[in-house]
Amino acid sequence: MAVDKKMKILVVDDYKTMLRIIRNLLKQLGFNNVEEATDGSEALQKMRNTDFGLVISDWNMEPMTGLQLLREVRSDIKLKGTPFIMITAESKTDNVVAAKEAGVNNYIVKPFNAATLKDKLEGVLGAF
Amino acid sequence: MTAPVTNSQSLDAAQQGESLSVARQDQEVKGMIESVASAFDGDLAPGDLKLYRELDDLARYIQTAKEEIAALCPDDISGRHIAAATDQLDAIVAHTEEATGFILDAAECIEEAAKALEPEAGQKIAEAVTRIYEACNFQDITGQRISKVVGTLKHIDEKIGVLVSAFGGVSEDAAAVGANKDSGKADDGDAPAHPTQAGKVLLEGPQLPSAATSQDEIDALFESFD
Repeated sequence: MAVDKKMKILVVDDYKTMLRIIRNLLKQLGFNNVEEATDGSEALQKMRNTDFGLVISDWNMEPMTGLQLLREVRSDIKLKGTPFIMITAESKTDNVVAAKEAGVNNYIVKPFNAATLKDKLEGVLGAF
Repeated sequence: MTAPVTNSQSLDAAQQGESLSVARQDQEVKGMIESVASAFDGDLAPGDLKLYRELDDLARYIQTAKEEIAALCPDDISGRHIAAATDQLDAIVAHTEEATGFILDAAECIEEAAKALEPEAGQKIAEAVTRIYEACNFQDITGQRISKVVGTLKHIDEKIGVLVSAFGGVSEDAAAVGANKDSGKADDGDAPAHPTQAGKVLLEGPQLPSAATSQDEIDALFESFD
């Protein structure tokens, strides 16, 4: 099944520069319908008001971290099926395992490149 | 002139967490030693004399340690040097963030303008712009690394405070000893306040390249779950 490039993607990061970079890279891949949030709680609020086809989230944010957001999403009956990719500098094995156990679909370690982002998106959404 | 302090008063003050000057503490230790010595009636036995000497050595050791800490000017380290270092690091984060913003502005303009070019040229420019976006990742990573350093400096600052407090506060004496050792030093009365940067709550933050887990290793770990 073809990937719907019109889907809404929510990018969550407390660094505005990173939001901008990810948005631009997504745009280059053909995904123009991107919304942003700067922490987990703002993201959760947006997710409860809008249907997103994918969430791409940083880990280290305040007050709600990416991992907390992921757990909230996975425990919410309406949101739990939303694909979730973590993009973070946290590359320790324990952290990756914790994210996987919480239900993350894929994990990108910073700094990342456009090819890695495309590869992980295809892994979660299907080839495009 | 320092008022005499009884041992019980000193102990009470210490229990209440009051800060005593080095001179007062020195007087306190001497008082304790004299108190122990006076407890021995008549001639001192060799064992008693040895104990007395040990206590005297201990008192001298404590006094030397206080003077050495005072000579380090811990208030100066905490109030001036660490504060200045954290301010500088904060400025680095702010400046790199601003510069990265300008770079992204320019890259977005180039990307937009490239759409008007021939497909082949436009594609080359688009690829170059992608590499600019990728390179701008550095700003997040360096920001997190610097936040870790600032956190470490704050930790050192707190430990210095604990050390100074444990020795009853060496500020007054530090000024005197510091003046003797470095008479040309500027007055730090208007030194900047301790930094209050909130800092991010990091788990580990970015690992150093030599210790970092690669994307390939993470991918292999992920696949092992399937």
